[in-house]
Amino acid sequence: MNEISTIKPSTPKDWETDQEVRWCPGCGDYAILKAVQRTMPEIGATPENTVFVSGIGCSSRFPYYMETYGFHTIHGRAPAVATGIKLANPDLDVWIITGDGDALSIGGNHTMHLLRRNLNCQILLFNNEIYGLTKGQYSPTSREGTRSPSTPFGSVDHPAKPCAFALGSGARFVARGIDVHKNLPSVLKAAHAHQGAAFIEIFQNCIVYNDEVFEPFAAKPNAAQGQLWCEDGKPLLFAGGTKGLALDMERLTLKVVDVAEGDWEAAGVIVHNVHNRAIAHMLVEMPFGPFPMALGVLYDDPAPTFESAVVAQNAAASEGKIADLQKLVARGQTWMVDKAPHPL
Amino acid sequence: MATAAHQLTPEEASANPVPEAIVVRFAGDSGDGMQLTGGQFTLSTALAGNDLATFPDFPAEIRAPQGTLFGVSAFQINFGSARIDTAGDQPDVLVAMNPAALKTNVEALKPGGLIIADTGEFGQRNLDKAKYAANPLDDGSLDKWQLLKLDISALTVEAVKPFGLGNKEALRCKNMWTLGLALWMFDRDRAPLVEWLRAKFAKAPSLAEANIAALNAGHAYGETAELGAMGIAQRQVAAAPSEPGLYRTVTGADSIALGLVAGVQLAGLKMFYGGYPITPASAILHSLARLKEYGVTTFQAEDEIAAVASALGASYAGSLGVTCSSGPGIALKTEAIGLAIMTELPLVVVNAQRGGPSTGLPTKTEQSDLYQAVYGRNGDAPLPVIATRSAADCFDCAIEAVRIATQYMTPVMLLTDGYLQNAAEPWKVPDMRSYTPFPATHHTELPPEGEKFQPYARDAKLKRPWVKPGTPGLLHRIGGIEKALGTGNIDYSPSNHQAMTDIRRDKVMGIDVPDQAVAQGSTSGALVVVGWGSTYGPIASAVRRARARGVDVSHVHIRHIWPLPKNLGDLLGSYENILVPEMNTGQLKTLLRDQFLVDAKSLTKVSGQPFRIAEIETAIAAFFDNIPDNEGGELPPDNSQLPSQEAINP
Repeated sequence: MNEISTIKPSTPKDWETDQEVRWCPGCGDYAILKAVQRTMPEIGATPENTVFVSGIGCSSRFPYYMETYGFHTIHGRAPAVATGIKLANPDLDVWIITGDGDALSIGGNHTMHLLRRNLNCQILLFNNEIYGLTKGQYSPTSREGTRSPSTPFGSVDHPAKPCAFALGSGARFVARGIDVHKNLPSVLKAAHAHQGAAFIEIFQNCIVYNDEVFEPFAAKPNAAQGQLWCEDGKPLLFAGGTKGLALDMERLTLKVVDVAEGDWEAAGVIVHNVHNRAIAHMLVEMPFGPFPMALGVLYDDPAPTFESAVVAQNAAASEGKIADLQKLVARGQTWMVDKAPHPL
Repeated sequence: MATAAHQLTPEEASANPVPEAIVVRFAGDSGDGMQLTGGQFTLSTALAGNDLATFPDFPAEIRAPQGTLFGVSAFQINFGSARIDTAGDQPDVLVAMNPAALKTNVEALKPGGLIIADTGEFGQRNLDKAKYAANPLDDGSLDKWQLLKLDISALTVEAVKPFGLGNKEALRCKNMWTLGLALWMFDRDRAPLVEWLRAKFAKAPSLAEANIAALNAGHAYGETAELGAMGIAQRQVAAAPSEPGLYRTVTGADSIALGLVAGVQLAGLKMFYGGYPITPASAILHSLARLKEYGVTTFQAEDEIAAVASALGASYAGSLGVTCSSGPGIALKTEAIGLAIMTELPLVVVNAQRGGPSTGLPTKTEQSDLYQAVYGRNGDAPLPVIATRSAADCFDCAIEAVRIATQYMTPVMLLTDGYLQNAAEPWKVPDMRSYTPFPATHHTELPPEGEKFQPYARDAKLKRPWVKPGTPGLLHRIGGIEKALGTGNIDYSPSNHQAMTDIRRDKVMGIDVPDQAVAQGSTSGALVVVGWGSTYGPIASAVRRARARGVDVSHVHIRHIWPLPKNLGDLLGSYENILVPEMNTGQLKTLLRDQFLVDAKSLTKVSGQPFRIAEIETAIAAFFDNIPDNEGGELPPDNSQLPSQEAINP
């Protein structure tokens, strides 16, 4: 049918394509795909105005499964392609799907520049801490000592921290989610509502090459102790409200404090403020183990977007000028030859 | 005489020698403002109605240490009352602002030519830096040339005294003093320059007046110093005959920028330009960045890859994506160009070639990226390649690149080079009404009831539809993975890949390319000189001179490098010999041999300098010398002035 989907509100089903999904059974990508398809109707998106752009890797197959416009580009370059799309048509709703290798290794440069320019789009970084599509080599986010075909004796380099990288690059929206967690759609919604580059790290389980790597906080039994869901204006509490984060004023870091009988104020627990860049920096740098994993919207402080600045400058520079091609080619110092040609 | 003499046309009869053509070379330290001096002299020459060609020749270093040999910057101009195709083989006049400039340039000067040297810069320190054991202005080593020694530095300082500049600032006006003298030598009007200086220094009127004073002083010096007694007379070079109309000067970089804008307007599109700074391509970005009112968005990307990838993204979104670079940058863009081929989106990629490989010679010219353009991608990845032959030709070639990209949904490679980017020539301002628009259409039509949209359906030219995201009812996905015929869905099947590879080839090979014309001479004969790109000027001149002497030689210059014109094989087959001069080690020659099984021979040069006319003339002469039944052949008149035969590499 040639229905135009703007007419009636969509359902998650409207965002599914007829293509067979080709991820490994049990892959975290399925859950993320469902979460995105569930989110689209809720944010009032229209398929024809939505573009999914991806690089290369397991995650980057994503656009084929979304009934929208989609561009599966080349390794690491999705942010650059997306920049061209958005500058050519700022009305499009652009989503970048990338992975830890795609966004932080081969495409690290583009990720950095997209974030500092603040292109209005959503960047979903599926972090599985491994190269899946090339059969399991360690990635820039793999933990030290990761044994893989390319590091049979364990990796020796320090992992990149995606959210710290994003903040360091000047991102104005940084969030974290977990593939199978029920909160993922709300994180996606917040990202979409943010005007500017919205960076979301999604912990995604690779069932084949890096299974259960996030279990220490992602598994149900560990969730209470391991997950701290940050909410703007709410105290940073976890472990069922029995623990929280307070400022260690001497060391200028965060510290975990016990909360007795729900009196978090007495315990010195701080209230999350998504506009506070300093807290965001501390949250993304918290080592897991001594601290819980900070999740949800860690930072959300909008600034003017790149494409709006470009559009405004183009308009200002064009104001009062007429695009007369004949005048353009005759610019500069000219002279007339008026005699008829004579033989040489 | 050559074996097949022909009737001379009047043009050929007067082609050699060209009596009123003068080559002037301004040479000085990088900081001396020689490019500016040359540029302004060019403008005054153009306004005087001479035909001209220029060759800015500058070092890669922005400000090399003062006075050093590698810090010399030069600007050469050839102007005359007849047709001028090149910047000239040998200067008649050399302006040397310091010992290093003299040393690096004097050997090219014609015997008997004039040296104007600023004695104020010939102190011991500068002589040491230029590695002169003795002052060449005094030791007789320049005796075969005419030498005019002037303390330009002191004369300039004196001239600008009333304006109260410091010594350093005063000396900066030296180039204007020199220019004033040059204007006197060739009887040029100073008024446009005065106007230009006032505009340039609008915010510092005293600097403007100081420069004008220096310019006037240089001019007055020529008038009053009785240079005639030294055998230096004022010369008038008559205006060159040219078609009536409005003229301006244009560099290749400007011409490409204008052509891209014109092409995009003819296609009815907006332009998105993604660029990354690189010599000698950046000038195109600089030009386009000022033309927002023509629907141009320019984006300085974080790297070469982002530049092309953003351009491709913009094409996907419905604009025409354009990116320009030079060899090393093109290498980085290669993967994205492959994606453009796979996704069949329009894209214009300009390569301003420079000396390679790797970083090579960033500010020197070469045409050694032909293989890269035609073959340099992974997979069977054909794309059309167009080469510009002159600054003015860049305009039409850029329009042609836009036409092919949008009419066939394909990336197009437009080859120009460092010489063309910077060289200026007079350009008859085109009448834009004479260009036929070629509107590009974005597909919006919904498929018939019950059918799915086919993003890889084909028209008769094998072009697929261009659908902008935002179009209702035509949702689809594209990417770099092999796609199924018609639907564009992922498809790895053997027969599909074969079919898609064939289609991508057939689409490009089927591009409507004009038949190859003969630039000079006839459609058959003893010898054809086949060129491409910026060698047009020296080949045209060399062939004109040879033909003027009755040599049976023709000139074919190829604009469409890929696909080649359909008649080219037959045309080349109709000549007995084929000579291909190229600023590389024989890339077009190999292509022609491969495509047409013809016995093409190479004349190669990779010195970073354009061909001299004489080098090509010598090669033409050598051909006739080597033909057994040629009765003596026809040789250029003065072999002693020609470079050695080693340059010829049959």
